[in-house]
Amino acid sequence: MSWVALLAASGVCYLTKLVGYLAPHRWLEHPRMRQMAAMVTVALLSALFAVQTLGSGHSVVLDARVPAIVVAAVLLWRKAPFIVVVVAAGAVAALLRLAT
Amino acid sequence: MADSLVRNTVLRQALSVGIATGAYGISFGALSVASGLTVAQTCALSLLMFTGGSQFALVGVVGAGGTGVASVVTAGLLGIRNGFYGLQMAPLLRARSWRRPLAAQLTIDESTAVGTAQSRPDLVRLGFWSTGLAVFVLWNLTTLFGAVLGDAMGDPRSYGMDAAAAAAFLGLIWPRLTTLRPRAVAIGAAVLAVALIPIAPAGVPVLAAVLVAVAGSWQKGGDRPKPDQVAP
Repeated sequence: MSWVALLAASGVCYLTKLVGYLAPHRWLEHPRMRQMAAMVTVALLSALFAVQTLGSGHSVVLDARVPAIVVAAVLLWRKAPFIVVVVAAGAVAALLRLAT
Repeated sequence: MADSLVRNTVLRQALSVGIATGAYGISFGALSVASGLTVAQTCALSLLMFTGGSQFALVGVVGAGGTGVASVVTAGLLGIRNGFYGLQMAPLLRARSWRRPLAAQLTIDESTAVGTAQSRPDLVRLGFWSTGLAVFVLWNLTTLFGAVLGDAMGDPRSYGMDAAAAAAFLGLIWPRLTTLRPRAVAIGAAVLAVALIPIAPAGVPVLAAVLVAVAGSWQKGGDRPKPDQVAP
């Protein structure tokens, strides 16, 4: 990853935060806009999740990541802490790869 | 309750939120290094970007082979909600001069959630600033720790780091799936992204999800988004 892209991304994120403090208040107050911001967050995280789970270059593959995610989902459902979910998923995938 | 007790309660809340997000920091540090960023770049992200969703997204896109532009756009779009938090906090904080740019950097899910949950203006300010600072300090320390740890571990795939990254995204999205609309948008976005993997350049399947978000926001319905206590 280049430093230029890293600094550009950080700058964009900071300016977005700052806009909230400088913008006229009614500007982005519309409920539809808020709704859209929330849905953009959900959609991007979900797409990132899907690509990270099933993507491998330009192919869709089912490998050790899938059972790992099933375990992660069960743990999240049981309200396990974030770090436990992440470590457990990594451990399941690592053990399955070791076994095969 | 006496005033000092109330203020102590707010400060305790801030500290516990900071400690909880520290765990995310370790995961982020390790996953970032596994995606090919250096320890210095990983730490720079936590210092300068300081918004967990965007940071995880950036290293996710880079790890999947996406271009610099795709990673910048994805991280930027995920940061949009912080702008809305700022809009919400600005009249409550009344931050002036040097405090305003500082408040902006500390405007994330957690500080907004703790701040807006308070009943009095002075407690709103205390909640926002103490949570923002606690998360900032702990997030950066744990990022460094995670990055050094990840660096020492070697081959990320044999440790299941790719699965761990997927689980991290699932953990970030989980608390947002409380109503029907975000669930439908999440499913639509995931299906579209997977369908695009074989045909679109890396990074594009994720960005295409924005179309699903726009379509999903167009539908009429009542649920209003609230800041929730997930990663900063």
